[in-house]
Amino acid sequence: MKIKVLLVVSALLMLAALYMVFIYAPTEAEMGNVQRIFYFHVPLAWIAFLAFLVVFIASILYLWKRDKRWDFIASSSAEVGLVFTTLFLITGSIWAKSWWGVWWTWDSRLTSSLVLWLIYLAYFIVRSYIAEDQRRARFAAVVGIIGFIDVPIVALAITLWRTQHPGPVIFEGGLSPEMVGTLLVSIAAFTALYALLLAYRVLMKQDEDELKKLKAQIRG
Amino acid sequence: MRFWRKAFVIVWKDIVSEIRTKETISSVLVFAILVIVIFNFAFSANQETMLLVAPGILWVTFAFAGVLSLNRSFIVEKEEHCLEGLMACPISREVIYVGKMLGSLLFMLFIEAIVLPIFALLFNLAVLSPQLITVTFLTTLGFVAVGTLFSALAVNTRAREMVLPILFLPIVTPIIISAVNATGLALSGEPWSSLSSWLAIIVAFDIIFLVVSFLVFTFIIEE
Repeated sequence: MKIKVLLVVSALLMLAALYMVFIYAPTEAEMGNVQRIFYFHVPLAWIAFLAFLVVFIASILYLWKRDKRWDFIASSSAEVGLVFTTLFLITGSIWAKSWWGVWWTWDSRLTSSLVLWLIYLAYFIVRSYIAEDQRRARFAAVVGIIGFIDVPIVALAITLWRTQHPGPVIFEGGLSPEMVGTLLVSIAAFTALYALLLAYRVLMKQDEDELKKLKAQIRG
Repeated sequence: MRFWRKAFVIVWKDIVSEIRTKETISSVLVFAILVIVIFNFAFSANQETMLLVAPGILWVTFAFAGVLSLNRSFIVEKEEHCLEGLMACPISREVIYVGKMLGSLLFMLFIEAIVLPIFALLFNLAVLSPQLITVTFLTTLGFVAVGTLFSALAVNTRAREMVLPILFLPIVTPIIISAVNATGLALSGEPWSSLSSWLAIIVAFDIIFLVVSFLVFTFIIEE
């Protein structure tokens, strides 16, 4: 039942966000309509961070409690996080193309996200190479913890590196109140979507696990 | 300090076995020199551009050599079921981590002590400054801090040595960036003060990952 509510809430919020992004929010003076990608780009970055924070916490709880539900949450959140980080990189790339004229620039935020993306890709590669459930959960939890702790150090090193070779600035002027409102609604919509996807994925993993148990029982 | 005595027994075991087999250090050393020679062809640079690309060449070489030697660290333990033997010893898992980590650190430093002068000789660079030696030591410490953990993880997966570089390289990016920049500054004879922010990142990485790896290592070699 709860998941139905979440589905409706996230659908309504997403519709509201779309309306605000494309109709309500004013067109930015310098960049024009391309700036509207900002309302997707920033929430995606926030969800990527949130998703990997959830991976980190669920990983610690798994190692502590040894309850496989924490592993379901960690791996599901990592999946959703990887998808959102990919979208973040794609929207960043589109924005960079129209604003700076290149598909990719070694800007500190894009570069940090790329490293983040590679770390969580490694998380899934580790998972895919371990057949046994408990060991996979333990090893993945270790990678989830180390990976998340690494993120601020990566960001620090890359920011320092970029200030040595100055990079382009994203925003010169401030945001108007309408823009801030649109951004907040968009963030809320994406957060609800994240929670929904996470809930679906965890339920699916629980069913898969149940099915595995039943199969084992039938085989004896 | 019984903890350290036990850890040094593991280090000593690794040294003795390396002296007898001469497997890891000799092949990693040859590999490192090959990487440097191949980079020379890739850039075929003159003296000026060399100063620009040299720090990058040096750290790519050390990172690759690190992956190779860290992989060996636990593959040799796995091959003859030595890891089970180690785990059956009346020692904590943390002792195994510290022992293997120090062993890998010694091997890496030994390799770097040979590669650095060769690198200086081939590229005609002034390498032996205290700044550069400090950067090399601290970055190598960071490499083995996470590398030992991931090496133990990698040998317990189906793909074995394939997994280590995929995990290791993205995690060590902050210290590779810092080491490359600090090395560049050291090679152009800059004073300590201009290296300090890079050294701070490397030291922070070392401390954080020595502590975290020490704490989570026990979950890797549990069964």
